[in-house]
Amino acid sequence: MSMAQAADRSHAPARWQDFIQLLKPRVMSLVVFTALTGLVCADRPLNPVLAAVAILCIAVGAGASGALNMWYDADIDAKMRRTRGRPVPAGRVQGADALALGVVLSMFSVMLMGMALNWFAAALLAFTIFFYAVVYTIWLKRWTAQNIVIGGLAGALPPVIGWAAATGSAPLNAWLLCAIIFFWTPPHFWALSLYTREDYAEAGVPMMPVVAGAAATRRQILIYSLLLIPLCLAPAFTGLGGPVYLGVAGAGGLMFLLLAVRLLRSHAGETPDARKDGLYDVRAGARDARNLFAFSILYLALIFATLLGEHLVGAAPLTPLLR
Amino acid sequence: MSDPNRETETEMKARSGRNLAIAIGLFAFVVIVFVVTIIHLRSNVAVPHS
Repeated sequence: MSMAQAADRSHAPARWQDFIQLLKPRVMSLVVFTALTGLVCADRPLNPVLAAVAILCIAVGAGASGALNMWYDADIDAKMRRTRGRPVPAGRVQGADALALGVVLSMFSVMLMGMALNWFAAALLAFTIFFYAVVYTIWLKRWTAQNIVIGGLAGALPPVIGWAAATGSAPLNAWLLCAIIFFWTPPHFWALSLYTREDYAEAGVPMMPVVAGAAATRRQILIYSLLLIPLCLAPAFTGLGGPVYLGVAGAGGLMFLLLAVRLLRSHAGETPDARKDGLYDVRAGARDARNLFAFSILYLALIFATLLGEHLVGAAPLTPLLR
Repeated sequence: MSDPNRETETEMKARSGRNLAIAIGLFAFVVIVFVVTIIHLRSNVAVPHS
């Protein structure tokens, strides 16, 4: 028995559930949802089995990115309350095993996408995995406060991959879905980082509240929210969304803006958190940040669900200009 | 004296679980490739003119 193996004996043995946790199932479920929306919005008849394989490939590709992220970020994950229980920092899975899982699943998902659907969708999937694992995780995350802005592209691409899987192309409407998620990401993550700032500071991750301060972050959140809402309304005018979509995106957008303005006027992110163990305990001053964070998830889910629903029931788009 | 290299029951159970998960994953992959191949073959089979 080698010394490394002997050292491993000090931890609980890795169970298959630990390897599932490496794939970030919750992130995967959001990716599946947005990719499915892209695939359905393409309005192209596709064999249901091939559609399911396309979604599976995107889900597994997203999971592979998660495993690669957990392999590389184990050192900073160990310092943060939110992530210290992950399999690698907790010692249940070795970093090399997480790396191997990520690489193998990346290859399987891209190859299967290429063989079953088309190689354009496969190339987009490969690019997304590369962008998340290398550009975001290895390069941007520890280097710049714009990490989640640029890195957000990886999370924004799944609807384009879904659309490409169905059609072999990516028209303007597919990129519009991508743009919505891209501009949604900064207000979403910065709202979260306003009340987990100490964690990021301790781990040395240059998140916006750590580098530029809470007030600047709250201003940036409002600016991105102002850019996001027109983008969310745009599908109603490009032939993608119908009247229900316009209503949901409009009403939800107003609520989003209201919460962003309330956050701007608050003192969220300015008081240090003395509590070290309470995950997601929110101080009274940071409640506005928590509210926007929670609503941002609901808003994205609502607008994508509405688009999905409209296309599944065949509701007519308002203006079929770009179809 | 017990052998320190011998797997504990927990370790053996965890290893069996991992092996089973890999087996299921590989079997699912083979089935998917087979089904996808059949679907592509069927869509490419020329329908004879009557």
